Amino acid sequence: MSEVTTASVAVETLRTVRRERLRVILRSPTFLAGAILVGFWILCALVGAAVVPVDPYATDLLHELAPPSAAHWFGTDQLGRDVFSRVIVGARDILTVAPLATLLGTTLGTALGLVTGYFGGIVDETISRLIEAVLALPLIVVALLALVAIGASDSTVVVVIGLVFTPVISRTVRAAVLAERSLDYVSAAELRGEGSLYIMFVEILPNVVPPILVETTVRLGYAIFAVASLSFLGFGIQPPSADWGLTIADNYGLIDGGFWWTVTFPAIAVASLVVGVNLLADGLSKALAE
Amino acid sequence: MSGLRFVLRRVALSLVTLWLLSVIVFLGAQVLPGDVGRAILGPLADPRAVAALDHKLGVDRPLLVQYWDWSSHFVTGDMGRSLVYRQPVGPFLAAALANSLKLAAIAFLLVVPLGIFGGVVAAMNVGRALDRIITVTGLSMTVVPEFVSSIVLILIFGVWLEWLPVSASWREGAGAFTQFRHLLLPAVPLVLVLFGYIARMARAGTVEALDADYTRTAVMKGLPFRTVVWRHVLPNALLPTITVIATQMGYLIGGLVVVETVFHYQGIGSLIYNAAKAKDFPMLESGVLMIGVVYTIATLIADVLYSLLNPRIRFGGRE
Repeated sequence: MSEVTTASVAVETLRTVRRERLRVILRSPTFLAGAILVGFWILCALVGAAVVPVDPYATDLLHELAPPSAAHWFGTDQLGRDVFSRVIVGARDILTVAPLATLLGTTLGTALGLVTGYFGGIVDETISRLIEAVLALPLIVVALLALVAIGASDSTVVVVIGLVFTPVISRTVRAAVLAERSLDYVSAAELRGEGSLYIMFVEILPNVVPPILVETTVRLGYAIFAVASLSFLGFGIQPPSADWGLTIADNYGLIDGGFWWTVTFPAIAVASLVVGVNLLADGLSKALAE
Repeated sequence: MSGLRFVLRRVALSLVTLWLLSVIVFLGAQVLPGDVGRAILGPLADPRAVAALDHKLGVDRPLLVQYWDWSSHFVTGDMGRSLVYRQPVGPFLAAALANSLKLAAIAFLLVVPLGIFGGVVAAMNVGRALDRIITVTGLSMTVVPEFVSSIVLILIFGVWLEWLPVSASWREGAGAFTQFRHLLLPAVPLVLVLFGYIARMARAGTVEALDADYTRTAVMKGLPFRTVVWRHVLPNALLPTITVIATQMGYLIGGLVVVETVFHYQGIGSLIYNAAKAKDFPMLESGVLMIGVVYTIATLIADVLYSLLNPRIRFGGRE
């Protein structure tokens, strides 16, 4: 009887902690500012194509490089395409590729981190060395090397960034698992005769979710940074997408001529999205740390 | 004694890292593309031409032989011949590295004092508006891709105000000041990205040191606050920042790829980018491996420096 009461009290406390955390998160101005920015771009990615005033892919050779006006709020580019519509629609590809890459990296990284943290020893040592070697290269350089070798496309960008993120995320997960490993519930499960897989994924994993969540949000910021930069360099999202990095690459040769609107608006779009995601991550990590 | 052992251990680990890195780069550039000759000549090329090119490049030999050939030559400074320029890669790489070093040096000279100053000021005002402003601005600037900030800077300082040249190329034999003027604008995007990291570490270190017992003792014994900060807080606070500055080398080089491309500067970043565009695999491989070498050496120096400066590690030995 008393055991049941203790358990239900524990569950109740856990719920209160969770509710409290949620309240702290929702009250953080940093988190809210980030949520508004990111929410806006997600909305654009989802319904942008249906609501934009002008077809973002339609060229109009009579109105090339027209400055912002009532007809074209953000002006037109060198093919006469409406910059406003393209900025809105441009959210779609990066908000597909970057989250998928992050998801892939988080899934693989979590599995790798659980294995290295739980088993330790030679497995851990070997994988740590490999990870250190990969981390000696900047993300952009690794991605460039891999994308040249296998050819750039949306899916290869997802795979390459996902794989590069795997070791980084696995390090965070491993550290969290090491802290859990010595706790009583793990020994209890081992004594019960549970298998390693069960202990790793059913017992330990739920307890290391908060750091994984923070790491995932931080990585999403990096993924957007990387995808945008790779697209700008021509190794990321491919034409005819209205992607922001791609648009800036196409038009930045013209800014000497004073055609600022072709690049300024996509630049603001990229900046607001990455800043938004990082504000989310910052708010989340502060709330979970309390 | 323990210090020497620590240094030797770190050097050995760095060598292992570099060896693994060379394997990864080799696999990336030689194995991943499948048929290198096919990748260079395109899908429509005659199979005989592809086979001939493969033979000429030596990529039809067993992998281990190729790896040994490439890595043993790299160590002796022979980095193969560029497929595009049909000349040895080494001199290109050396010139590019020297140019990048110039740009990186200007960026570091600007960002290290700025970042430390920002972080310390934030820590002195912890929790107040100034702290929030510095932290959020730093965080926001750090995450904006370099090509975005480059474009904005070019627009403002190059096109509108016409204060600074928008391209980092100058006429042969230009003086140091002209070179500096041309490199100032490309250095700023790198400064923006690095500022947040350095300021964050400096802030965290200072907050911790301000809270430490030795600081309280120093204040209680009546030392002027200025002396406490300079003599007791800062030396302890800024030690971890050294390591962060060195690890930022990696991000810095990643940033160079973008910045050098935007500003048309002939450094290691644009060398790798152009090699990638042209599928110049020998150039790409050597350039990427060189970046790994530079990064590994930088972190090694930082670790050793940290251990020399930190008495707890210097005298600690084994626990």
